[in-house]
Amino acid sequence: MAAPRASLRLVAPVWNGGTSGIRGLSRAVDPEGSPRKGRTLLRFLADRFYDVEAVREYLLQKQVLKVLQKNRSFTYIKERYGPYVAGAYFILKQGGAVKFQDKEWMRPNGRGLSGELWKLREVPVEAVDASGCAINYQGLDNLLALKELQSLSLQCCPHVDDWCLSRLHQLANSLRELSLAGCPRISERGLACLHHLQNLRRLDISDLPAVSNPGLTQILVEEMLPNCEVLGADWAQGLKLGPEEQTRDTASSPIPA
Amino acid sequence: MLRRALRLGLGPGLLGRGLGTHREGSTLAWDGKVSEIKKKIQSILPGGAWSPLCDTSHLPPEHSDVVIVGGGVLGLSVAYWLKRLEKQQGAIRVLVVERDHTYSQASTVLSVGGIRQQFSLPENIQLSLFSVEFLRNINEYLAVVDDPPLDLQFNPSGYLFLASEEGATIMENNVKVQRKQGGYVGSWGQTSDVKEEGAKVCLMSPEQLQKKFPWINTEGVALASYGLENEGWFDPWCLLQGLRRKVQSMGVLFCHGEVTRFVSSSNHMETTSGEKVTLRRIHEVHVKVDRSQEYQPVECAIVVIAAGAWSGQIAELAGIGKGPPGTLQGTRLPVEPRKRYVYLWHCPQGPGLEAPLVADPSGAYFRREGLGNNYLGGYSPTEEEEPDPGNLEVDHDFFQEKVWPHLARRVPAFETLKVRRAWAGYYDYNTFDQNGVVGPHPLVVNMYFATGFSGHGLQQAPAVGRAVAEVMLEGRFQTIDLSPFLFSRFYLGEKAQEHCII
Repeated sequence: MAAPRASLRLVAPVWNGGTSGIRGLSRAVDPEGSPRKGRTLLRFLADRFYDVEAVREYLLQKQVLKVLQKNRSFTYIKERYGPYVAGAYFILKQGGAVKFQDKEWMRPNGRGLSGELWKLREVPVEAVDASGCAINYQGLDNLLALKELQSLSLQCCPHVDDWCLSRLHQLANSLRELSLAGCPRISERGLACLHHLQNLRRLDISDLPAVSNPGLTQILVEEMLPNCEVLGADWAQGLKLGPEEQTRDTASSPIPA
Repeated sequence: MLRRALRLGLGPGLLGRGLGTHREGSTLAWDGKVSEIKKKIQSILPGGAWSPLCDTSHLPPEHSDVVIVGGGVLGLSVAYWLKRLEKQQGAIRVLVVERDHTYSQASTVLSVGGIRQQFSLPENIQLSLFSVEFLRNINEYLAVVDDPPLDLQFNPSGYLFLASEEGATIMENNVKVQRKQGGYVGSWGQTSDVKEEGAKVCLMSPEQLQKKFPWINTEGVALASYGLENEGWFDPWCLLQGLRRKVQSMGVLFCHGEVTRFVSSSNHMETTSGEKVTLRRIHEVHVKVDRSQEYQPVECAIVVIAAGAWSGQIAELAGIGKGPPGTLQGTRLPVEPRKRYVYLWHCPQGPGLEAPLVADPSGAYFRREGLGNNYLGGYSPTEEEEPDPGNLEVDHDFFQEKVWPHLARRVPAFETLKVRRAWAGYYDYNTFDQNGVVGPHPLVVNMYFATGFSGHGLQQAPAVGRAVAEVMLEGRFQTIDLSPFLFSRFYLGEKAQEHCII
């Protein structure tokens, strides 16, 4: 097998020991020039010994299972307390924040979830801040049950990708604000399915490393969603000065006296 | 003497620099001799490649449990699931024989790459549903330690099928079947609480269609069905390479060669009702090495035909269809290559980012490609207009006369377009009912098929691979029942007709 050994850091946070939160993510987008010594030794051993290879595969599987475990569906809570409480419980467990209608933002405090969560059976959830949470395609089930959700923030979520965006059409009726800033797996292909969200008024698509052409994508998304304010890259980003303009600039620069 | 010995011990760099300046030639000759001796010793020791009579490292192995003829996405998928579902690791020895390692004519890589659940047969819908789940979790299925994760470049933009008055009832019935595969109940603008693993398709009237996609001309359209999730298009080359990499890491052997002969033996048996039947068993597959007259007879237990457009020829080699017509022995495998053109054009005022893969009632289809207002599309010709499948040359007049009028009628912006590139590829066309042939042959007891999908093989490949592996290992279909796709339907005349073919 002649496949190159360097891993694509942008989409590799899962293999990098499981990123939790924004700190882990910044580790994942390290420049190529600083590979960790421990990893190269493990790779060397895995190439030569079957048991080391098996141990590495097992560790990888464990990481994947950890994310799956975090995204399981809480059917008991859903049946007993309703979809709003189940969704809120899911978000709070992951480390995000929830805002019920006419209430304050609820965040997970160190000692566990507050008792009043269980009394809010009939109160719809208005806003969810899931920044940095390890939500994936499966876990989005819990969020999509919140039919009156108006504001959703998925900033810097390492496992939210184009497939997840294609599911957001179920929130088209109510969603007004969506933030996808900093998600490493979202590309312009996933942004194309946001056209279902016709009630969207604010969309944040800044800092998406997997988008190939941020300026052009910004223009196309603005055309796709005419009633929405799209925050993101400056449309001129990625454009270079043409050769005539460059020489004109250097010619017109003032000569220091 | 001591000084020279010390220098020799201080590493190759110093050795080269130190002694080379004094004596130019002899250092390099000594190095070469040492490496030659090392190679000879290594090859003689057990595990080395030394064969006392002749070197056969370029030939396939002499024995293999399963030989898969064809290394495209279907063949590799069967190999993957065989290795994944085997009871003990390393129990089954699989050999994949592929004639062209550049895949220059393979249907897999020349395909438009779409995946949809909008079919009329429940089996097709279930195959696509599983395949899309496979593609979504491809980095869990095809993970190889230390290799970069795969990026399929999936565009989840969906398929939009347009139907005229005649086709509207069929489309409605199809959508009911699609939703029932699981039971997602919903219509445009509404969602329901019941959510299971069905196909998420919504029906739209011409007015809703016009509102949603203003660039469409809804003249002649009575109904449209739009796939909301799990439909779109992806990069087939990436899937192929991912499967190859994973399958090689699981221990499947690859061979660059062509199958030229099958050696089989016959057994004359009687059925319980007294009819005479001749069962055949394939013992050897002769694999001819590329660009040479050498061939290797590979002794095998099972043969899988996944040769795509050339499956008909391979089946003839195996003697399928040699018999009086009208009998099971005389039933051929009705898979033949059909040439299809794909055109890439640029249209500056064309549909935007939200454009799905649009399929016109006339049969023309197009989809967006990239961000630069480029579009890919084509049209399936009628039986009379079928181009000659002898080569993969593109007929540009076909676009002018047949494809462009339909496109321009459906999307007025396409009246000003400029074709940039075009290519042609083969459909492994099943002339009987345009659906796949899966499963064992009734008379040749150790031959299995995974071919004939007539243009939707790529999107069903992961699920079909699993089904064929299940039949080979367990004896029957376990997860998805593909009995309507068995070979025997050609003899019995039971067509599994699919209405939604592009």
